[in-house]
Amino acid sequence: MTRPTALRRYPVLLALCLAALFMVVPFLIVAVNAVKSPAEYSQHGPLSLPHGLYLDGLKDFWQRVDFTRKLVNSTLISGSVALLATVLSVLNAYAIGIGRIRGRTWVLAFFVLANMLPQEALVYPLYYLSKQAGLYDTRLSVIIVFTVIQSAFGTYLLSAVLGQFPREIIEAARIDGANKWQILVRIVVPVSRPTLGVLLVFFFIWTWNEFLLPLVMLISNDNQTVSVALGVLQGQRLMDATMTNAAALLGVLPAIVFFLVFQRTLTRGIAVGAVK
Amino acid sequence: MRVRRDSYALFLLPGVLAFLAVVIVPFLMNTGVSLTDWQGVGSPKWSGLANYRELLHDSEFWASFRHSLFMVVAMAVLPTALGLVLAAALFDYIGKHFGTRIAAVLRACFYLPQVLPVAVAGIVWSWILAPDNGSLNALLKAVGLGSWQQDWLGDPDLALYTVMGVLVWVQLGFPLVVFMAGLGRVDPQLYEAAELDGAGWWRRFRHITLPQIRPEVYVVLTWCTIAALKVFGAVYVLTKGGPGGATDVPSYFSFTTFFEKTQVGYGSAISTVLTVIILALAVLGLKLQNRAEAV
Repeated sequence: MTRPTALRRYPVLLALCLAALFMVVPFLIVAVNAVKSPAEYSQHGPLSLPHGLYLDGLKDFWQRVDFTRKLVNSTLISGSVALLATVLSVLNAYAIGIGRIRGRTWVLAFFVLANMLPQEALVYPLYYLSKQAGLYDTRLSVIIVFTVIQSAFGTYLLSAVLGQFPREIIEAARIDGANKWQILVRIVVPVSRPTLGVLLVFFFIWTWNEFLLPLVMLISNDNQTVSVALGVLQGQRLMDATMTNAAALLGVLPAIVFFLVFQRTLTRGIAVGAVK
Repeated sequence: MRVRRDSYALFLLPGVLAFLAVVIVPFLMNTGVSLTDWQGVGSPKWSGLANYRELLHDSEFWASFRHSLFMVVAMAVLPTALGLVLAAALFDYIGKHFGTRIAAVLRACFYLPQVLPVAVAGIVWSWILAPDNGSLNALLKAVGLGSWQQDWLGDPDLALYTVMGVLVWVQLGFPLVVFMAGLGRVDPQLYEAAELDGAGWWRRFRHITLPQIRPEVYVVLTWCTIAALKVFGAVYVLTKGGPGGATDVPSYFSFTTFFEKTQVGYGSAISTVLTVIILALAVLGLKLQNRAEAV
């Protein structure tokens, strides 16, 4: 047996740790600089360690962009989309995966392709139609659009999972007199809970991170999401270094929180999604 | 029996109606508008294929699609290649010799940028890459490489490569996590047998790892290529397609044509071309995937 010696093992570990550090370093630099005062920043540059905790920059930025409002908007939009898109995915996948309706392969292909359509091909008509419907610049318009877009992926994933659902359980429930709706709510949904959890988390984070459609649909300050508000500010090139830094940190923090809270669901979910 | 089976179709009704309203009708409208001359107000004027003929001679359009190829390299080719090597190293080397815990922590570090909104990633990097007082230039100066300092995002010859670098950083975690999950279902006896036969790491990688996770490789390549063709947020935040169109991509080009130049017909033609390319790639990718899974 040829076993690599410890001498050979550690350089590999070191190289991978360095690579991993490179991935994380941008977050660290942002965090370090967000607590520096502008004077300190201009004197010592971005690489020095902070001398104290200077939080006025963050506080100023928070108030200036009304960050609380943006957080509420993002949470409201992403939360509603996660919930509604999961419900829609379950209904679709129930008909395709368990109901095995005729033409299900085509229906599924339709959802897959719809999922791949670039938003660029939908954005102007959606903008136009939402204006006609009086929904332009409302959070509701974004919720409706993303519920549908995300549920395309959900339908695709969940149909494959429900296709493997043990038929005996459903047959048994049917013999006991349960109708289709009862079977869905009392049996299929509880049994599929792990997959539904994955979908909820994914839809929430994906919607939180969306940029193009919210940028077009939500123009007023009061309705903007975190991503759009920060992206627009950056795009206008009006921010100085400390402001950009505060913006970066406030944008990064929610993502880190989601990451820490949902890490296991995320990695498990990606595996399920890719193989199915 | 048939009646009973098809009554499941009722559960599909809300989904289909919602899709018609939010995806299908807008998509058809977009395709229709691409055949007209329309500024977004008044009624569209039929112009047949005039927009498409104009596209053929539009150097901005060709440049944006050329840049798309660079984005495919940055978001699909490089992350897949790096992801394969990293996944194999973490799974077959670190996991074995140093424990799965360390492998999991390292994997988490690589995955972290993936949960970041792309707009926020753009802000982080444009701050790091700023010409004056940006961290990268400050670092180069600190280690005595002051002459290497660049206006990373402002130099037309450099900006595209800088954007590519940021996108590799953003994208890498996705292939890595998918490949590691794929390796998890490979029979460990295959590796043990190969090791007993004296196969080194590289040979195990080529003869076991690669063939075993081929389906995952196709999935990742398809998804990442499509994501690369759609890339918008990163370009919007990092460069706005500049300097001088050096980083313009189809999605950003159609966005400015729609909302800044308000040439809605022309913008629709751009996005229709993009859609056709993406759908063709999607079908191709799904075919390859099915074939790989059948083997």
